[in-house]
Amino acid sequence: MQTIIKNWNWRKFVFEVLVLTGIFMLIQYGISNGLLNSYHQINLSSMCINIMLAVSLSLINGFTGQLSLGHAGFMAVGAYTSVVMTNMLGQPFILGILMACLMAGLAGFIIGVPTLRLKGDYLAIATLGFGEIIRVVLQNIDYVGGPAGILGITQLTTWPWLFAATVLTVVVIVNLINSSYGRAIISVREDEIASELMGINTTYYKVLAFVIGAMFAGLAGAMYAHYFYIIKPGTFNFMKSFDILVMVVLGGLGSTTGAVIAAIFITLLTAALQKWAAIRMILYAFILIVIMIYRPQGLMGNKELTTKTFGRVWGDKK
Amino acid sequence: MSLMEIKNLHKSFGGLTAVLNFNFDIEKEELVGLIGPNGAGKTTVFNLITGVYKPDEGRIFFNGQDIAGLPPYTICKKGIARTFQNIRLFNDLTVLDNVKIALHKDVPYSLMGAICRTPRFFRGEKKIEDKALEYLKIFNLDNKKDEIASNLPYGEQRRLEIARALATSPSLLILDEPAAGMNPQETHDLMNLIASIRERFKLSILLIEHDMSLVMGVCERIYVLDYGQIIAEGLPEKIRNDKKVIEAYLGEEV
Ligand SMILES: Nc1ncnc2c1ncn2[C@@H]1O[C@H](COP(=O)(O)OP(=O)(O)O)[C@@H](O)[C@H]1O
Ligand SMILES: [Mg+2]
Repeated sequence: MQTIIKNWNWRKFVFEVLVLTGIFMLIQYGISNGLLNSYHQINLSSMCINIMLAVSLSLINGFTGQLSLGHAGFMAVGAYTSVVMTNMLGQPFILGILMACLMAGLAGFIIGVPTLRLKGDYLAIATLGFGEIIRVVLQNIDYVGGPAGILGITQLTTWPWLFAATVLTVVVIVNLINSSYGRAIISVREDEIASELMGINTTYYKVLAFVIGAMFAGLAGAMYAHYFYIIKPGTFNFMKSFDILVMVVLGGLGSTTGAVIAAIFITLLTAALQKWAAIRMILYAFILIVIMIYRPQGLMGNKELTTKTFGRVWGDKK
Repeated sequence: MSLMEIKNLHKSFGGLTAVLNFNFDIEKEELVGLIGPNGAGKTTVFNLITGVYKPDEGRIFFNGQDIAGLPPYTICKKGIARTFQNIRLFNDLTVLDNVKIALHKDVPYSLMGAICRTPRFFRGEKKIEDKALEYLKIFNLDNKKDEIASNLPYGEQRRLEIARALATSPSLLILDEPAAGMNPQETHDLMNLIASIRERFKLSILLIEHDMSLVMGVCERIYVLDYGQIIAEGLPEKIRNDKKVIEAYLGEEV
C-alpha cells in the first residue's frame, strides 16, 4: 500500500480536480445568469468539440506517428449513429453516445486493419479515401436524409455533457499515453522495427490507437450533432479532416496540451474570421507554412504542460 | 539439446544470394562468434533469426521449436533479443523510457487499469521503473536516466542498446558489431562487460564482430562466413590457423 501512496500524487490530483471543477462551475454560472450569450455558447461548444477531435487525432498522428487524413469520417459515423438512436429510435442520449463511440470505433477497426499496413503517404491517401467513402455512403442512405442530411435534431448537448465528454477524452488519452501501453504506442512512432524486435506487436498497437482515436471522434460527432440541430454529409468532408489535422500539427505532434491549446486557438480564430469565411482557409495555409518554417515541431513540440510545469513556474519545490 | 539450431538456411535478394546453406548451433550459456568480411551475410543471418526477413528455405529451432518466419515480436517473446549494427534507439525518448519499452511485453497491468489508474497500475509502474533502473545500473547509465537517448555519446548509446535488449529477458542475446566505432579501451571494457553479462544472466550470446582479435579473445567457438557460406567453424585457435579463413581475410592479419 505504501508504494501506491507514494506514486499516487494527491496534491496534483486534488489540484487538477479543483481547477476542472472551477472551470465547470464558472461557465455553468455564466450560462445560467446569461453572462454568456448564445454566441459565446456556440463558440464554447465548438471549442470543446474541437478539443476532442484534436486530442483524439493526436493519439493517431502525433503519438503513433500514423498520418491519418480521415478523422472527419469517424466524427460523421458518431454523429449519424447518435442521431439515429435518439431522434429516430427514441433512445436516451447516453445510449446514443455509447453507440456513437462503438460504431465509430468499429469503423476505425474496419478501416485500420487493412490501411495501417501502409506507410506514410500511402496511409495518408488511403485514410483520406476511406473518410470520403464514409461521407459518400451517408449521402446515399435515404434513411438518414441523403445529401440533405438530418434536420431538427433535439438539442441534448448541454454544458455538463460537453464538459464531461471533453474531460473524458483528454483523461483517457493522457492516461493511456502515460502508461506502458502508451510507451509501446510511442515506440511505434520512434522506430517500428526496433519496437517490433523489443517484443511489441506494432500492428496491434497501431490499430488500437486508431480505434481509440476513432471512438473519441465518434463521441465528438455525437456532441456536435446534438448541439447544432443539423447534420449533413458535406460537413464531414476532407476539409473538416484537414481542420483537425491543422490543430494537431499546430499544437505539436506528440503533445496533448499542444492539441488542446491549438484547438482553442483555431476555434477563436474561426470565430473571429466568421465574416470572412473565404479567407479562413488561406489564413490556415499561411499559418501552417509559417509554422513549418519557423517552428516545424509545432507550438509545444512533444512537450506537455503539466501541473509540475506550473509548480516550477510558481517556484514550488515539489 | 542445443538452445538454437539452424538448418539449411537460405536467403537471396533478387539475384544476390546473401545466405546459402547455413548450418549453426549454439548451446545454453555459450558465447559464440560469427565473423566474416564485409558483405559476407552476417547481418542477414541475424535478420533471419529475429524475423526481420523471412528465410527462403531452412529451419531455425529455438528450444526445439521452429521459429523460422514468425513475426519479430513473437520471436522476441520466445527469448531472442538483439542489437543493431547501426544503432536503433528510440531517439527522442529518455534513456529510462528506452528500457521501459523493452519491459512492456510483461506489463503487469491491463489497458483498462492504465486508463482508470487503478492501484495495480501504480504498483506496476513502480515495478517497471525499478527494473529498468536495475538494467541501467549494470551499464552505468542510471545517472543518465532522464537524458534523451540521442544526446548520449556514441559508446553509451551502444551500451544502452544492450541494456534495452537485456530488459526483454532473453535466453539468447545477439549483438551485431557492438564494438563498431569504439576506441580500443572502450572495446576492451565492452568485451569484459559482455562476458560478465553472460555469467550474471546465464544466457547464450551470439556476437558478430568485424575485428578478429576481439572475437578470438572472448568467444568460445567461432563461425566464419564468406559469401553467405560457412567456411570454417571451431575453437579460436583452429580458426586462427585455418587456411580458408586467412584467404578470406586476405591481407588482414589474423
Ligand atoms: N534488404 C536487402 N536487400 C538487398 N540486398 C541486401 C539486403 N540486405 C543485405 N543485402 C545484401 O546481402 C549481402 C550481405 O549483407 P550483410 O548481411 O549486411 O553483410 P555483413 O553484415 O556480413 O556485412 C550484401 O551483399 C548486401 O548488399
Ligand atoms: Mg553487418
